[in-house]
Parts: sequence; C-alpha cells; structure tokens
Amino acid sequence: MVWQFDVIILTLVIVCGIGALAVKDLIGAAILFSAYSFLMCLLWAIMGAVDVAFTEASVGAGVSTVLFVAAVFQTRRRSKD
Amino acid sequence: MEEITALLVSRYNYWAFIVLMMVGLYGMIAKNNLVKKIIGMNIFQTAIILFYVSIGAKKDATIPIIEHGHHGEEVVIKAVDYINPLPHVLMLTAIVVSVATLGVALALAIRVYRQYNTLEENEIKSQLSEE
Repeated sequence: MVWQFDVIILTLVIVCGIGALAVKDLIGAAILFSAYSFLMCLLWAIMGAVDVAFTEASVGAGVSTVLFVAAVFQTRRRSKD
Repeated sequence: MEEITALLVSRYNYWAFIVLMMVGLYGMIAKNNLVKKIIGMNIFQTAIILFYVSIGAKKDATIPIIEHGHHGEEVVIKAVDYINPLPHVLMLTAIVVSVATLGVALALAIRVYRQYNTLEENEIKSQLSEE
C-alpha cells in the first residue's frame, strides 16, 4: 500500500460518489456510478484483495451499469433533484 | 495527544468509509428520485465492503496465495506475511448480493413508473393521496 495512491483514489471515489448523487441526468449518474465502482476496484487491487477486485470490475462496474442504463431507458431520463 | 492524532491520520481508509457511508445514507433519505435512491443504496453497500476489506489489509504483506504448496511437502508459513483472506471471501458474497438487490430494486422502480408514470417520490405520494 502506497499511501499517496490510496489518498488520491479515495478522494476520487468520494468525488464520484457525490457526483453520482448530484447529477440531474440519470444516464450521467449511471456512468459516474460505474466510474465509482471501477475506482473502488482499483482500491481493492491495491489493498491485495484481487478476487474482490475482479468480481467488482465485472459485476459492479459492468453489470450494474448495464442494469441502470436499461432501467433508465425504460423510464424517464430527467430527475428533478 | 500526538499519538492519537497520528493513529487517526494513519487510518484514512476508515475516514473515507465513514464519509462514503454518510453520502449513501444521504442519497437514500434525502433524494426524491427512485433511481437516485438506488444509487445511494449501492454506495452504502460498497462503503461497507470497503470497511471489511480495510480490516483485512496489512502492511508489507502479499496476497494470500501459497506458492510452494503444490507438491505435498511441508512448508512453514508466517501469517504476518499474508493478507487476511477471510473478509475478502465474505465480501465476495456481499458484492453478488448487492447486484441481486440492485436488479430487484430497478425492476420495482420500473413497475412503479408504469403504474404512476413518474419516478419522483413526492409526486407518487400526491397521486396516492388523491385516490
């Protein structure tokens, strides 16, 4: 664990999380959430949890984004808050 | 006092965990849109996974794979040299469960949208009170 990498990635994770909740476009929120999941996966690879990292990369960043985009496509793209 | 400060600064993973968990809780409670609430729930779940993986992490340790164990001979292993794999295994299950809950939650959100033609919580409430 190199602490500089850790601090940079943790700040980016928090920024992406807040951004995913703040953006009014729901597709944009889904993409920011996928970036959040991928940064989380990098964090776990740094911490030595490689199995968790690749599960998160495939399932968290891949499948959840597809599910979110599919759900937003079925409903409405604009959010009011 | 300095020792406590050094301890608090060196545990920065836990501070990030607390911030992320509060961000997720805020998203679940304060946001009006149902998809935003689901994103908040997922952030909450990943924050808890971050906490558990941080418990297992060690300094100057490698990933928990034993290199010399293939031929049946006895080798001495120091547990200090390896990261604790038990939280990782528990969190693998948690990731899969989180995707399952995400799928169910989005399916329910789509059903709600078809019924009420909106995803905002206050509009659904006003439609319910009109009936």
